[in-house]
Amino acid sequence: MNNASTWQLISCIMRRDLAVALRRRSDIINPLLFVVIVVTLFPLAVGPGPDILGRIATGVIWVAALLSALLGSERLFRDDFLDGSLEQLVLLPAPLPALALGKIIVHWLLSGLPLVILAPLCALLLKLPMDAWGVLMLTLLVGTPMLSAMTAVGAALTVSLGRGGALLSLLLLPLFIPLLIFAAAAVESTLVGTSAYGQVLLLAGLMLLTLTLAPLAVAAAIRVSVN
Amino acid sequence: MSVVLEAQQLTSVRAGRTLFSDLSWQLAAGEILHIEGPNGAGKSTLLRIVAGLLQPLEGNVLLFGQPQREDPEHWQRQTLFIGHKPAVKAELTALENLYFQSRLDGVQLDDPWQLLETVGLLGLEDIPAQQLSAGQQRRIALARLFYSQAKLWILDEPFTALDTRGIDLLHQRFAEHLEHGGALLLTSHQPLTWSGERLQRLRIEAADE
Repeated sequence: MNNASTWQLISCIMRRDLAVALRRRSDIINPLLFVVIVVTLFPLAVGPGPDILGRIATGVIWVAALLSALLGSERLFRDDFLDGSLEQLVLLPAPLPALALGKIIVHWLLSGLPLVILAPLCALLLKLPMDAWGVLMLTLLVGTPMLSAMTAVGAALTVSLGRGGALLSLLLLPLFIPLLIFAAAAVESTLVGTSAYGQVLLLAGLMLLTLTLAPLAVAAAIRVSVN
Repeated sequence: MSVVLEAQQLTSVRAGRTLFSDLSWQLAAGEILHIEGPNGAGKSTLLRIVAGLLQPLEGNVLLFGQPQREDPEHWQRQTLFIGHKPAVKAELTALENLYFQSRLDGVQLDDPWQLLETVGLLGLEDIPAQQLSAGQQRRIALARLFYSQAKLWILDEPFTALDTRGIDLLHQRFAEHLEHGGALLLTSHQPLTWSGERLQRLRIEAADE
């Protein structure tokens, strides 16, 4: 009889995912490197004038963040699916959405959080005025959990299709667009001297909604995929 | 002997093909049910239905008289399923795999080294599983059986990739499990070296032509 509590099972799944990810560091570093490369290429391409760079900085950083989220998205459940861990996940005596939320959190810790930390460097490289740095980081802090959650839904849906990569990008990009618009608008309003609270709060609300609903969708998609 | 598992009129259709219909059987404590049949007959599908991964088109599966759908969590606490895929993490070592797997099974291993020795992996414990052979990876997965308290084991081709000593070891472990009142449902293309009234056979063939 397996007497493990739901919490014990979630924490064990999260620790295992972290242990596996730390053995494959290139999978963590590559998307971050991609963001840094894109950000460093822009000043070379559009010229180093601070007026142009400062205006496009937020857009460049956020577009790079979205594309980097797509880069690793296919892998989120693929190894688990191939080695059979996904069917064992379904068979654990715990609610599957709770386990899915655990996996989303690990994904964010390894992809979203490093981006938030990297944001000041990107802002510096693109000459974003310093008073907007805080808001940029804030939008990334509330936006990246949404990226992880939506990526997880798409990845769970396409995991059993051998080559789901292109389909996954098509599925996810439309969902990312509201995030892009509001995040850019938040930083923009700081730059013109008005308050960004409205947009940030809206993003935070969207994040809570996504984190509530996405685990349910991921759980349903996993159940279909292991069939 | 008490009935552990009961299937009532199971029907399964996959991709428009009837795999089996109206299948009913009982499995008592201390018994093995060996499911036989040609490739593609639906053996794995039947096991996955019993494990709770698939829904049958019709019919019911009962564990200790309780239908599966009523309390899936309770069902999962009492059963152990090992499928074709070993659920071994290729990046982690044998020892780490055992650690996480035992926690997920709700067991705190007192002596993981003892378990490694039992399954013949002592000395290989700090090598990532991806560098081990198929049989050795299989042994990591099957190590679950040596601490499991689950009443019902559902094993899909457990002998795949194992050497003869490994197969003997599994047979010994099955005997212990049955003596403790457990039940075992398995598929295998290898003949079981098992005799006596404990062994039931069920043959399934794809029904329609």
